[in-house]
Amino acid sequence: MTTAAPAKTETLLAVRDLVVEFGGRGRPTFRAVDGVSFDVRPGQTVGLVGESGCGKSVTSLAIMGLLPKRGNKVAGSATYDGTDLLTLDDREMRDHRGRDIAMIFQDPLSSLNPVVSIGVQVAEVLQRHRGMKKSTAIAESRDLLDQVGIPDPARRLKEYPHQLSGGMRQRALIAMALACKPRLLIADEPTTALDVTIQAQILNLLKELVVDSGTALIMITHDLGVVAGLCDEVNVLYGGRIVETASRHEVFARPRHPYTTGLLGSIPRLDGSRSEQLAAIPGSVADNIPWTSGCAFAPRCSRALEVCRSEAPPLEQDPTAMEEHTLRCHNPNPAEGGEPA
Amino acid sequence: MTTEPEVLLDVEGVEVHFPIKRGVFFDKTVGYVYAVDGMTLQIHRGETYGLVGESGCGKSTFGRALLRLEEPTAGSVTFGGVDVSTLKGEALRTTRRHMQMVFQDPLSSLDPRQTVESLLLEGMQAHGLAKDKKAAGARLRELLAAVGLPAAALRKYPHEFSGGQRQRIGIARALSVDPQLIVADEPVSALDVSVQAQVINLLEDVQEKFGLTYLVIAHDLAVVRHISDRVGVMYLGSLVEEADSDDLYATPLHPYTRALMSAVPIPDPLVEDRREQIILAGDLPSPANPPSGCRFHTRCPWRQEERCDTERPQLRVVEIDGVPASHRVACHFAEQIQSGEIQRHEVDPVAIDPSAATDVEAADAEVVPTQTFTVP
Ligand SMILES: Nc1ncnc2c1ncn2[C@@H]1O[C@H](COP(=O)(O)OP(=O)(O)O)[C@@H](O)[C@H]1O
Ligand SMILES: Nc1ncnc2c1ncn2[C@@H]1O[C@H](COP(=O)(O)OP(=O)(O)O)[C@@H](O)[C@H]1O
Ligand code: SF4
Ligand SMILES: [Mg+2]
Ligand SMILES: [Mg+2]
Repeated sequence: MTTAAPAKTETLLAVRDLVVEFGGRGRPTFRAVDGVSFDVRPGQTVGLVGESGCGKSVTSLAIMGLLPKRGNKVAGSATYDGTDLLTLDDREMRDHRGRDIAMIFQDPLSSLNPVVSIGVQVAEVLQRHRGMKKSTAIAESRDLLDQVGIPDPARRLKEYPHQLSGGMRQRALIAMALACKPRLLIADEPTTALDVTIQAQILNLLKELVVDSGTALIMITHDLGVVAGLCDEVNVLYGGRIVETASRHEVFARPRHPYTTGLLGSIPRLDGSRSEQLAAIPGSVADNIPWTSGCAFAPRCSRALEVCRSEAPPLEQDPTAMEEHTLRCHNPNPAEGGEPA
Repeated sequence: MTTEPEVLLDVEGVEVHFPIKRGVFFDKTVGYVYAVDGMTLQIHRGETYGLVGESGCGKSTFGRALLRLEEPTAGSVTFGGVDVSTLKGEALRTTRRHMQMVFQDPLSSLDPRQTVESLLLEGMQAHGLAKDKKAAGARLRELLAAVGLPAAALRKYPHEFSGGQRQRIGIARALSVDPQLIVADEPVSALDVSVQAQVINLLEDVQEKFGLTYLVIAHDLAVVRHISDRVGVMYLGSLVEEADSDDLYATPLHPYTRALMSAVPIPDPLVEDRREQIILAGDLPSPANPPSGCRFHTRCPWRQEERCDTERPQLRVVEIDGVPASHRVACHFAEQIQSGEIQRHEVDPVAIDPSAATDVEAADAEVVPTQTFTVP
């Protein structure tokens, strides 16, 4: 299987019309992800950003084949290097996971085995995916821990997850992810549970990783600040759909979707003016309407028109943009500034 | 002519040290968690004081100690001229009425079978403010309106509300007994950003409406700076810097504040791309085993050979042009760092084992949790 249209540069991962539904067995079906498409190129960092429940984690779990076995339906495709990951069976998928696609989560404890030392856990990945002998693998683990900035790696190898701080655990997990030299790393809120100075350490580490090894990164976060410093391309999600996509500079310089501007207005900026009230978005996601009957954001949107409650807006190129910039909105913010930064 | 601001809350040398017990009957104290270790600050009537610092630095314990929900092991707290540390029984209860807390998820600790109405009435009844049924009913509706909830919310149960609405109820509950000071501990950190902004705005509105004084505790410096008139930065149990919100942002003087500020992501790629980041090395030390001298010296990129690891710096006014006396910092070398005379250097990172509570062989050591109370 190969994708038909040749991409600009080679595409490592092409997600097309991904739909994930939960429910069945008498319960109403619920579309957590509702037609998500995006591309990831080698060495690129792609952000998926949005508030809780918008479908970020489910998107990545579906790509990784990690959704629960029962109670959900997945449609669409996720073509990685010519193969649609969504069609693979468990064993084939497991082979990909760890070998060339790796994932790290918000809570590293849940991905680490509490009763196995850090060294053995990293070594196991090396033995399994790179066919190393145990002794070589242990030595290599030490180097990997060192590489991700864990002090005194020889000692830390022998320790168990609970003996590491949250930041060090996340580093250990990144070391495990690196062990198989992945071409794609999916990071789901990897710094959300960490303090901001530790977050800065981890984000720096991820940046170096992308630059040094050319690994592509899908960065999932609710934090537009993290996106601003890290992502080449930004996808803003709302209610299971991408509502705006553009390069990092374009999105922040010319946000056109009312939800994107709403989010930006909601964040108190460290360098912002203190006297101004925050421009909060009214209501909560509980007020959403289904995309089948209009724009899910309409009930909270200050720019909503009548058509917004009757017709779902399609994802379209912003005609005023000088570059690729798509949005899903009947009444976008007026194009400001013109020239993208 | 300016009048001296009235001090509503005067905190002097407060410490909260939790004993770490060991032995078969947990009867041997093998060490202490120095959760709060010498906090001195004053909060003026009508202002918002923001307390910021990373998790585990003692913010919540400090907030609870103010209301004596945690017994300070040293120091004094004076509220409206009354020494809270010595109050007992009825007198303590009366004073607490004027000092209310708002928590991260205020309803999680409450009885899920109680309606919002009875949750709101509880505090009023405890303080004899609900004797006249009709007046109490009117007050409830006024409270709900003030926090932006419909009157119909009264008959509902906590689980029927979203996170933002629950925080509104938590704020209404705190307001119900007509307090003077509200200690808000991470009031928005569990909320999505769009909802976070609603609650921040609401806190500002009710402050104005009811003439409240706030102590806002949070780990998010951007939130704290936005909402506060003055900010105190806490590190391992005590303040390292205190200043007017705008002064702190314009001229952070303590190395920790500088690092913290440079680590906060700003949603603007142009700013992010040209920012100088100070990446701290290693983990936060354990409060059970705090470093000697300046508690920040193990991670400080400006640390000097002399004094830093032997002498604990006190909050002091610095002699730097343009820095007012209200801006105080606990660093021996603040002036030399600011002038550039002392330059940043590399720091060897140290990892901390969170499972080891003390330096003592800690395999069977256990931190004894103290009792918890709900605010009556
Ligand atoms: N296993 C599941 N069963 C049912 N619903 C789920 C499941 N996992 C996630 N969901 C729902 O799907 C939606 C999207 O969830 P998620 O992708 O986790 O959001 P987020 O953007 O916060 O990562 C949410 O409404 C969530 O409740
Ligand atoms: N009841 C308690 N008993 C023992 N240690 C405690 C107790 N409460 C908090 N601590 C410890 O005190 C330190 C400060 O905690 P806390 O005040 O909650 O910090 P923060 O609110 O800044 O995150 C932490 O190391 C914490 O584990
Ligand atoms: S006193 Fe020394 S160690 Fe502490 S912050 Fe100042 S320079 Fe750094
Ligand atoms: Mg998620
Ligand atoms: Mg706390």
